Amino acid sequence: MTANGNRGFAYWLEAGAAWLLAFLWLLPLIYAFWSAFHPPEYATKFALFAPLTLDNFVEAWSQAPFARYYVNTFVLVTSILIAQFVLCTLAAYAFARFEFWGREVAFALVLVQLMIMPEVLIVENYSTMSNLSLVDTILGIGLPYMASAFGIFLLRQTFKTIPKELEDAARVEGCSMLQILWKVYVPLARPTYVAYGLVSVSYHWNNFLWPLVITNSVTTRPLTVGLAIFGAPESGVDWSIITAGTLLAVAPLLAAFLLFQRQFVQSFMHAGIK
Amino acid sequence: MTKSPTVMNHVYGWLLLTPAAILLIAFTHYPAVATLAQSFFSSGTALRPSVFVGIENYQMMIEDDIFWKVVENNAWYAAGTIPASIAIAMLMAVWVNGKLPLRGLVRMSYFTPTILPMIAVANIWLFFYTPSIGLIDQVGGLFGLPDHNWLGNPDTVLWCIVVMTIWKEAGFFMIFYLAALQALPPELEEAARLEGAGRWYYFRRVVFPLLMPTTLFVLINAVINSFKLIDQLFILTKGGPDNASSLLLYYIYEVAFSFFDEAYAATLTVVLLATLAIIAIGQFVILDKRIHYR
Repeated sequence: MTANGNRGFAYWLEAGAAWLLAFLWLLPLIYAFWSAFHPPEYATKFALFAPLTLDNFVEAWSQAPFARYYVNTFVLVTSILIAQFVLCTLAAYAFARFEFWGREVAFALVLVQLMIMPEVLIVENYSTMSNLSLVDTILGIGLPYMASAFGIFLLRQTFKTIPKELEDAARVEGCSMLQILWKVYVPLARPTYVAYGLVSVSYHWNNFLWPLVITNSVTTRPLTVGLAIFGAPESGVDWSIITAGTLLAVAPLLAAFLLFQRQFVQSFMHAGIK
Repeated sequence: MTKSPTVMNHVYGWLLLTPAAILLIAFTHYPAVATLAQSFFSSGTALRPSVFVGIENYQMMIEDDIFWKVVENNAWYAAGTIPASIAIAMLMAVWVNGKLPLRGLVRMSYFTPTILPMIAVANIWLFFYTPSIGLIDQVGGLFGLPDHNWLGNPDTVLWCIVVMTIWKEAGFFMIFYLAALQALPPELEEAARLEGAGRWYYFRRVVFPLLMPTTLFVLINAVINSFKLIDQLFILTKGGPDNASSLLLYYIYEVAFSFFDEAYAATLTVVLLATLAIIAIGQFVILDKRIHYR
């Protein structure tokens, strides 16, 4: 880009480099689509007029209980999200607006979870879950994530920006503490909820290690764990079917991302700069 | 809370906090402490209860070649992924923030890996790395390069993991840089242009220093990721060949859930916790006066 906006050689060179990088970044997905929609003999051969087919999806769907995995992931992601919203809202409100004994220490202890995520503590958390008889339950997968330091922090920052006068006005109207929270704070923090919600859903839709550890049956396994078992080389499934299964697992989130791209990007931005 | 007595403030504050606090203590603070305690005991079995063994587990760890191997791997993994993904993220953000044709599409391409599950994209990368029929060898073949067993060779396997991880996280870091770039006043670039500063000079002397807080934030995330992102190993290599691609958290998983040695897994976890604590303290020292929580 030259000073007066002339689109010279350097400009196009740079644009070309940006496009090349974009192409490389999309390549795995492009390949997945190629292989999933073509017959197996074209999985590693690239011919322009290769016939299209949906057989791989039919085959993948019949070889693994994807329907069940969808339900499990859906239940998991929704229950985590609801619990996070409730728990983080209450805790964030306490930190933002109440002067209580031990507040600073408690807040520092909450922030510890930003560093030490539940993934790191799989060994001890597994024995806690087995003491609670929650091994191989969806609640067992979700429980360690429900009180989220990230959510508490994000909502606390948002609540702090809300003018206290609004709260005082609501109190004059006779609102109780929880009514104030529900009618004043929650509606005004809506963008933060949307941002945090999208980040949380994509995180837990994609989460793998802890669900792998804590589940051992089809009735609880989320998509990621199901996919890992399905795609394992020992299972002898071919490329086309694995990529079809892979696309099945990512489809809902990918579709949502493509439809609400701007919202996704802005949510991650919003969540990141707080 | 001006009119209510201060005592009620304490009560309400704690009542609101309690549900979250119980879960946080149960699944973060308690397990962290319990892990430390467990590392001084032997693994209990049905016949032999767990007994106090002092620092025996740590002695075993120091003599464990695989432990040192995964520590070394993890250091290379961090050294390979952190600077590269940060540099690429910065480049992406500058491009996407500029006057690029098809900007929306390019931004989407960069960001897409972020929302895809690691485990799913690892399946696709596995194909890329497959000898002779895989995409890399096919493209290499066009240029007359010989086939490689990328994931089967201890010399290349870790770098394959590194490349894939950079691909996965760069777009995520780009978002933070993009947010920071959009917050820069446009007058800066105009002023630099009037002064006759070239684009590279402007980036190096003006933009880059202004992005420093973002870089620190991204850096900390990247460091944490280099200990946390191990999902791809389950699909690509299972830590092999001969532990050449195993990382600390993956080794902890193996020790705990394949070899069922709870005490040793706890001991290894203590190393990971200590590392994360050091990073946290480092972050605190570096950022000390920069971030204001209030």
